[in-house]
Amino acid sequence: MIETTTIRPFTAASFNQYLAEGKLMAARCADCGKLSLPPRAICSKCHGVNLVWTETSGKGKLAGFTVVYIAPTFMIEQGYGRDKPYVSGIVELDEGVKISARILGVDATQPDSIGIGTRLEVGFIEAGEGDKKKSYLAFKTRQE
Amino acid sequence: MPKSRPLLRGVSIIGVGMSKFGAFPEKNSRDLFVEAFKDMTGSVDKGLDPAVIESFYLGNFSSDLFEHQGHTAPLLLDAVGLTPIPATRVENACASGATALRQGVMAIASGLYDVVLVGGAEKMTDLPTADVTDTLATAADVPFEISAGFTFPGFYAAMATAYMAKFGMKPEHLMNVAIKNHDNGALNPNAQFGTTIQKWMEGRIASAIKKGKPAPNWTSIWDFLHDGYANPIVAWPLRLFDCSPITDGASALLLVAEERAREFTDIPIHIIGSAQASDTALHNRLDLTSLPAAKLASSQAYGMAGISASDVRIAEVHDCFTIAEVIASEDIGFFAPGEGFKAAEDGMTARLGGKPINTSGGLKSKGHPVGASGVAQVFELWKQMRNEAGERQVPGDVPLAMTHNVGATGSTCVVHIFERRE
Repeated sequence: MIETTTIRPFTAASFNQYLAEGKLMAARCADCGKLSLPPRAICSKCHGVNLVWTETSGKGKLAGFTVVYIAPTFMIEQGYGRDKPYVSGIVELDEGVKISARILGVDATQPDSIGIGTRLEVGFIEAGEGDKKKSYLAFKTRQE
Repeated sequence: MPKSRPLLRGVSIIGVGMSKFGAFPEKNSRDLFVEAFKDMTGSVDKGLDPAVIESFYLGNFSSDLFEHQGHTAPLLLDAVGLTPIPATRVENACASGATALRQGVMAIASGLYDVVLVGGAEKMTDLPTADVTDTLATAADVPFEISAGFTFPGFYAAMATAYMAKFGMKPEHLMNVAIKNHDNGALNPNAQFGTTIQKWMEGRIASAIKKGKPAPNWTSIWDFLHDGYANPIVAWPLRLFDCSPITDGASALLLVAEERAREFTDIPIHIIGSAQASDTALHNRLDLTSLPAAKLASSQAYGMAGISASDVRIAEVHDCFTIAEVIASEDIGFFAPGEGFKAAEDGMTARLGGKPINTSGGLKSKGHPVGASGVAQVFELWKQMRNEAGERQVPGDVPLAMTHNVGATGSTCVVHIFERRE
């Protein structure tokens, strides 16, 4: 794990900026060591305010998932829905923290084949055009 | 950890009302609340002069997005002719109703008011389904959860997959909850889908025959519920019949200081436990198969009431999805972790079972106008506790009952415990 201290604020905007750079970043409390993902500016364990950005291992396992058929508008705009379902999940990183993400490399049409505990590694999805272009967090299946 | 302190004085319910739940293109939330208020006024045994009402708390999630109307509390209060008393809207997603009730309880317990009106209202069916999905999604952590493609059915589906992996439940087990709640809702004249799944299936067959189409070859409701066309997947493993509907509706309660309850009725229902807890987003929790806020609020409410789960005769719990009822039945302590789905299968939670849950039909069959739901749960308990629930009355006395109302994936949970004293 690489510890990096920068002046970027602990905000969703910074988190997304890192995603666009291909990094899944968490915040580590310099006082008690608790790792927070998504990042936070105030530690939820010791309430300290001395946090540092930390790049995660990007490796983890599937803790829960769904195959979405009735999609929100922004996913419909990306072509998903009843005829093209997709998988969203909660991933537990090897560091013990969890995050919501799109899950790639599994068969959305065969949900019974998707196992809790499946090993995953971080990936990123770019979607949208022009001003709407954005990087989304994703995890893909990983061969050990 | 917050302490569980007793109320400084008792709070009692002396009237309840609700509109019919459903889809009403010609009515807005104000019109529906007027119906609930009139129903409530009529329920006060010794009559009510509305001029005695001193304050109003409204549970409403998102009139802003659903109706393009903000500042809803004074508008609804004005519609029932009660301005200039204070009117306050409370927003805690799908737990807005019970949170509003809790404000009313605290306002009376503090001594500030003697008579408080609590309402809930939501008008959801004006928007197309995708826009409703987007509006409900604002109750989640939008930048970190919704960006992953999650929807509300999706969150509860993810809890279901974690629960299935941990406890060996199958998606079919969840159908028992839907079947049971539709059985109950069929006995509730206010329910949006007041019909059993059996009758629903028979209606679909009759309709196909009438249109000259080939009749579906369902031999039982299990065939029907497994049919991908009749019961399509919304967010696997949850299908249409695992999800509460999109609903318009309103509800109302009248709270008074306990020492004044007998002015209004000889059968008041007393609020003896009131607790609320909050939590982080779903992905930040250690375990996805339980809602920590629900467990905490339940234990605090039991502590305040001086009772335990085994003392409670019936519960109205937040079954926004079938898996939510299974988890709720464990979080409130009715069943051990991993036992809730078996209890549903065994009929324990049925109306005539040992621990009836959602005798109203629950959000699943009665409907889920989000801000109104937490208040409408109390409507059902009032009817059951006073032996006024008609066809759906549970057998025997109901001296103790509880509500469990959840916001989002459990970022809010409010639990209330009610008592009828002889």
